[in-house]
Amino acid sequence: MTIELTLNGRRGVSFGGDPQMPLLWYLREHAKLTGTKFGCGIGYCGACTVHLDGAAVRSCITPVSAVAGRSVTTIEGLGRTGTLHVVQQAWIEEDVPQCGYCQAGQIMAAVDLLQRKPDPSDADIATLTNLCRCGTYPRIRKAIRAAVRLRRSQAASSRTNG
Amino acid sequence: MATLSTAVQWSRRTFLKVSVSAAGGLIAELSWAAASSRKASHQEYVASLGAFVRIGADGHIVIGARGCEIGQGVKTSLPMLIAEELDVPWSAVTVEQLSYGLVSSSEPAGFASKYGPQGAGGSTSVPQGWRDLRQAGAQIKWLLIQAAAQTWHENPDRLLARDATVVHPDGRILTYGELAKRAASIPLPKEEVPLKSKGSYRVIGQQTRVVDAREIVTGAAMYGVDSTAPGALAAVIARCPYFDGLVIHIDDTQARQIPGVRHVVPISGPRAGANLDRNLAAGVAVVADDFWSAHKGRAALRVTWDRGPAAQDSTDALEARALAALTQPGKIARQDASVESARRSATRVVEAQYIEPLLAHATMEPPNALIDLRARRALLMASLQSPDGASRMISAMTGIPRPDIEIRLPRAGGGFGRRLANDFVAEAVLVAQAVQAPVKVYWTREDDLKNDFYRPFGIHALTATLDSRGSITGWAHRVAATPRKYRAAGMEDDPDWIGCVDPDGFPAGCVPAYLSEFLPVDFTRPRGWWRAPLPTFSAFPVQSFVDEIATATGKDPLTLRLEMLGNARELDYRDHGGPKLHTGRLANVLRRAAREIDYGRSLPPRHGIGLAHHFTFGGYAAHAIEVAVSEQGELSVVRCACAVDVGEVVNPLGVEAQIMGASIDGLSTALRLQITVKDGCIEQSNFPDYPLLPMAAAPDVEVHILDSGFPPSGAGEMGVPTVAPALANAIFAACGVRIRRLPIGRQLQQSDT
Repeated sequence: MTIELTLNGRRGVSFGGDPQMPLLWYLREHAKLTGTKFGCGIGYCGACTVHLDGAAVRSCITPVSAVAGRSVTTIEGLGRTGTLHVVQQAWIEEDVPQCGYCQAGQIMAAVDLLQRKPDPSDADIATLTNLCRCGTYPRIRKAIRAAVRLRRSQAASSRTNG
Repeated sequence: MATLSTAVQWSRRTFLKVSVSAAGGLIAELSWAAASSRKASHQEYVASLGAFVRIGADGHIVIGARGCEIGQGVKTSLPMLIAEELDVPWSAVTVEQLSYGLVSSSEPAGFASKYGPQGAGGSTSVPQGWRDLRQAGAQIKWLLIQAAAQTWHENPDRLLARDATVVHPDGRILTYGELAKRAASIPLPKEEVPLKSKGSYRVIGQQTRVVDAREIVTGAAMYGVDSTAPGALAAVIARCPYFDGLVIHIDDTQARQIPGVRHVVPISGPRAGANLDRNLAAGVAVVADDFWSAHKGRAALRVTWDRGPAAQDSTDALEARALAALTQPGKIARQDASVESARRSATRVVEAQYIEPLLAHATMEPPNALIDLRARRALLMASLQSPDGASRMISAMTGIPRPDIEIRLPRAGGGFGRRLANDFVAEAVLVAQAVQAPVKVYWTREDDLKNDFYRPFGIHALTATLDSRGSITGWAHRVAATPRKYRAAGMEDDPDWIGCVDPDGFPAGCVPAYLSEFLPVDFTRPRGWWRAPLPTFSAFPVQSFVDEIATATGKDPLTLRLEMLGNARELDYRDHGGPKLHTGRLANVLRRAAREIDYGRSLPPRHGIGLAHHFTFGGYAAHAIEVAVSEQGELSVVRCACAVDVGEVVNPLGVEAQIMGASIDGLSTALRLQITVKDGCIEQSNFPDYPLLPMAAAPDVEVHILDSGFPPSGAGEMGVPTVAPALANAIFAACGVRIRRLPIGRQLQQSDT
């Protein structure tokens, strides 16, 4: 059985291997997209977070069969070519990463949050369950707030320029 | 840290020798070409200057980062030291990770390190770089100035370097790019050249972001587990769950039917009782085309284990043994006057016991290693903290000469001391030898939590003797713990108490009579270094006990601490971070943390503030934590402030990150984390039962960096030790419950408050 999916905007990407293989391992070892990380294998830590049809899922417990005919976005596909997503920009601006290993998952989870809550409260941010062993949480909070500001200012400047 | 003593010692002599040959181009070019295929097309246009710097004719400046980047920020801070003395703007620099560098050496015979120390442990990277990397940058600047002097037929003393140019007194300039080729032909200076003084820094001390943050946030950064090699197979290993157990029988019928599985091979473990200097456990490796096939293959294995000599052991039994040990005399690490005499003449004696659990490291990226042993050469790609140890081990296991072992240093997804051991590299060697192919050994989270070098368990018994005025006349700290040196290679000659007691730590030298005593307790599981290993282990009992004495004597905990520290002076400190401990620097961080949290203000009911201070590896830290404890025992951290004096600060943004992260690490650990053993097996298996603190429970951390003017101490570990005692002291202040056992867990909900 061959599975077809849209991967980072590329349609008709196919995979003929084990349909029960977790999406994470398909991405890392077959699609060669290693930005998505393994942390626990049980959907708990969020290091493997990607977007499925635009919403965050934990790819280590999502069988690749479940993405047939759907659209998967990984950290590599988040920004448009040559341009970083505002959340990525904010992550650099606030100097979030330490070891950096969990940050792809953190960013994908934060983008998902901002899609649902464009101006998240502290309580909204506290619903993020991705783990960070380095303890970058304070800067993640700052970066999410910075991303909100950045998006507003970019929207304002594009209105001015448009 | 003792592990670091195995690293190649760095001497100025070695550095100069190596750099001279590197300046000739050959050695540096070879290593750079290997380290950076991305920039390979630039190779012919660039001049290599010394071991660390390449300057292109177009002025492009590349600085090599030598350290293992485990999240402590050395890929940014160490090149900053070179950039400062080289006089180049940081924004003009490209940083590239260097591989592990080893060259043959005749004097002394053996091997020399091409780049100096590259391991990560003991918060030593910045202090070491402070000594040698600034000099490396300054010497390359010296070459460029000589090159300009030759070009202009001018006295080099009249020339100045500024912003990647050399400036003539008449205003003419030559860029480093224009000078690089000529500079590369000039021999390095025979003597050290003068370094800048503090007032003239332009890179050091600047808030500098993580240099490869863009790669991290786009998923392009390469970690050990992202490494690939042509033809590499994936391996996962079923390890014996009983320590020192053996494989009796393997039924791999099902496993071999999994598509993609190529090999099933037994892996031998350490001999019972032997040093744990290779892999930790006997097991069975399933080797397949990819991780998922290997993982499925492992799940389908049926292995019969010989449970070995440790199958009955447990942490409950360990605790009972430790309590029994405390009734016996132990090994004395330090004794000033006689605590027994002080006890006989004391008006009052305060005593308490504190229990600390085994801890796992739980690096976010589990251990892994990719090794290619073909053609009598080795290539290792893994997330490491001790590449030197890996080089020695691979050579010992394979017979491949160390210079023929190439070790690349991708980013590591956390270290915390876990990767000071290279057991996972040993596994990769064994599997690669067995299947005669390059192999990447993957660990799952379960593999990680169940096969660690754990932070030792210990019970601390503290005694203070008081006179009629409530002054401390004697202090005894007896520690019953599993010896850190147990089956640890290279520690055979260390005293039994090393890594378990801190004989020269506070309050040694601050009380008239003092005793530091160790009671070794047997346990089978291996022990390792865990972020600020001894300081984290010692600060909780010592700093909790100071508050217990304050309570007993009716003194304020801050006042008592400052009284005990006394006048600002230097005390002898023989362990890592010495040779001196400055009581004034401890008092300063303590006062600062107290001031920042507004210590002494009136608090709402069931709120409390706790303090703690500690000396860690040459750095000084104090935490002031405010908590609230509800009637139901629900704890919340209201504020967490930390003041640190880590000497000269290279990157304040990086130090802040380290202290913030360490504070949250300390909270996570004190509140929630422990490893337990039952019937010889580790009980925890994944994050649900080793629950790192999530975002919702992590407070913001207020970091205050003191400018003491002392040389830098590094900063990766200083923020951990004081968290648990400050938290416990805050809890007592809030609700009157004294925490004497970590983790805190559900103790507050279960106590009558």
